[in-house]
Parts: sequence; C-alpha cells; structure tokens
Amino acid sequence: MELDVNHLFFWDAIAFEGTPFAINRTVIMMMWASLLCVWFFWAGARKKGIVPKGLQTIAESAYLFVRNQIAIDVIGPKDGPKYANYLASVFFFIFFSNLLEIFPGINYPVTSRMAIPFMLAILTYLIFNFVGFKKQGFKYLTGTLFPPGVPWPIYILLTPIEFFSVFVIRPLTLMIRLLANMMAGHVLLTIFFLFTHEFLVTDLSFRAPLGVVTMIVAAGLIVFELMVIAIQAYIFTMLTAFYIAESIHGHGEEDHSVDTQHTEPTENRVLTEAA
Amino acid sequence: MEGALVLAQGVTDEGIKSLAHGLVYGLAAIGPGVGIGLVFASAIEATARQPEMAGQIRTTMFLGFALIEALALIGFVLAFIA
Repeated sequence: MELDVNHLFFWDAIAFEGTPFAINRTVIMMMWASLLCVWFFWAGARKKGIVPKGLQTIAESAYLFVRNQIAIDVIGPKDGPKYANYLASVFFFIFFSNLLEIFPGINYPVTSRMAIPFMLAILTYLIFNFVGFKKQGFKYLTGTLFPPGVPWPIYILLTPIEFFSVFVIRPLTLMIRLLANMMAGHVLLTIFFLFTHEFLVTDLSFRAPLGVVTMIVAAGLIVFELMVIAIQAYIFTMLTAFYIAESIHGHGEEDHSVDTQHTEPTENRVLTEAA
Repeated sequence: MEGALVLAQGVTDEGIKSLAHGLVYGLAAIGPGVGIGLVFASAIEATARQPEMAGQIRTTMFLGFALIEALALIGFVLAFIA
C-alpha cells in the first residue's frame, strides 16, 4: 500500500487556492467541528425544561462544569462568571475539534495543525494582557516584571525570567502543548490502523496474528485518546483561566482565603441555579 | 576492530539524522517523566491525607502536569521540525 507521510502534516487546498481564504481538508473539518459544537448546544437548549431531560442535561452540566469548576474556582466568584463565556467557547471548540481524532471516518484532529492552536493561544494571550492592563493599569506590567517583596538585586535575574515566562513561554507552550498532544495521538493511531490494515487486509499471511494484536491495541488506544482529548481541552481552558486570574489579581496574590471560601458555595450555586 | 570498521561504514548522514531525531525526544522526556511522576505521586498522597481537598488538589495537579508536560512536548515537536 502506498503511504504518503506528508499527508500527516500538509494538505493541498481544495478551493480558492492562492487566496488567503484557501480551503483545505483542515478547514472543512474545523467547520464540521464548529457545527457539531453549535448543534450540541442548540439541541440542548431547544426545549428549555425546568427539569432538564436528555441532551439538555448533558449540555447544562457540561457548561456548568466549565463555569463552576474552571471559571469560578480559578478566577473567583466575582470575576469568574464574566469569563465563563470565553472559557466555555474555547473548551467546547477544542473538545469537538479534538474529538474528530476518534470520529469514525474522519480520524483527523484539526487541532494537530499549528494554525488552530496558534489562533486560540493568540486570542488567550490578547485577552489576558488586555484584562491585566484594564484591571491594574500600568501596575500590571511593573507588578509582573518586578514582583513585590524581593530585594532589588534579585530583579537583575528575576525580571528577564519573568518577562520570558509570562510574555513568551506562556502562549508558546499553550499552543505547542495542544498541537503536540493531538499530533502524537494522531500519528500513534495512524500507525496502528495502518499496521492492522497491512497485516489483516492488504497482505494477509502468517503475520495475521500480529495484525490482531495491533487491532486490539488500536482499540485500547482510542479509549486512551478519548481521555487525552478531554484532558487537553480541560488543560487549555484551565491555563487560560489561570492566566486571566493572575492578570486580575496581580502576581502571586491568589490568597487561600478566597479559594476555601468558594469551594463549598459552588455546590449550592449549582443547585439554586438548576432549581 | 573489523566489526567497528564495518559499523562505521554503515553510518550515513541520513542514519545519524534519524538517530538524532529519536534522541531529541528521548532525552527531552527524561526530566519531565520524573517530574510528572512526582506531581501525581504528591497529588495522590495529598488526596489520601485530605480527601475533602480533592477538587482543589486536582486542579493544581493538572496545572503542574501541564506545565511540566510542555517541556517534553517541545522536544517532540523539535524532533519533527529539526
């Protein structure tokens, strides 16, 4: 069987070639993921019952998970709900884009191409910097680069490190983490599917038992990838929330009194909202 | 001695390159491997000691896990683009 490894990384444009709006397989799959995302919440919110039923239960608890477990728990009960919209959008877009990795017939996570994690990371980068300047003014920059409570000679060492870790490493790792995880999973699944196909279909011979082994491993890997998909969406969203929280509260100021205060009321809030 | 000579003749630029690609990721995975182990070990221990803090510990655990994992993944990406 002929195998073009480059298809793992590059796709030719299908339409509008040469313009900035060129469409290739990645773009089509991204649209499909977005449609899936929109359909999920549209179908969930179509019949607004006081007692949620069916898809509404899933959609509501999924949104409330992002809102309570990520937005409110990380950013805080006062500012958290404001950013829940963005966090939920990012979470579900990444989740459904990643889900295409194990979607039968597609098997292609769009987040394994640099463009999509890049755009998401840039968006997060702009938002947390904008929020920092809006909430703290110029103190955001000085507070980040010159954290208080340190003797001044340390700044010679600390300021470049802080600059790199906040303004360079943060968006870079945010996109590379998502990209590399999905790419690794994609390559892994592709290799096992190809082996299975080669040993059991194309070239059926004494190697067939090997094909059975790769098939079983591939089935297990799909479950493993499902876990990775959910964890990566969660991590991207949580880091976004964490960066926004740091921009709001200032560097290293997340005191524990706030954290312990709102861990318990979160449960009550869910109940009162659902009722 | 003769065996080493034969081995040396078999070495090509292409082979060295593949070896380097493999080594980049392999070496990049050592540190983060130990680090992620420590993160999860501490999280399990902390949860066992104080189960009521499980939610907050899990959040922090994933944060630490993500930050460490990035180092290994940078090696993975580097192996592809190098």
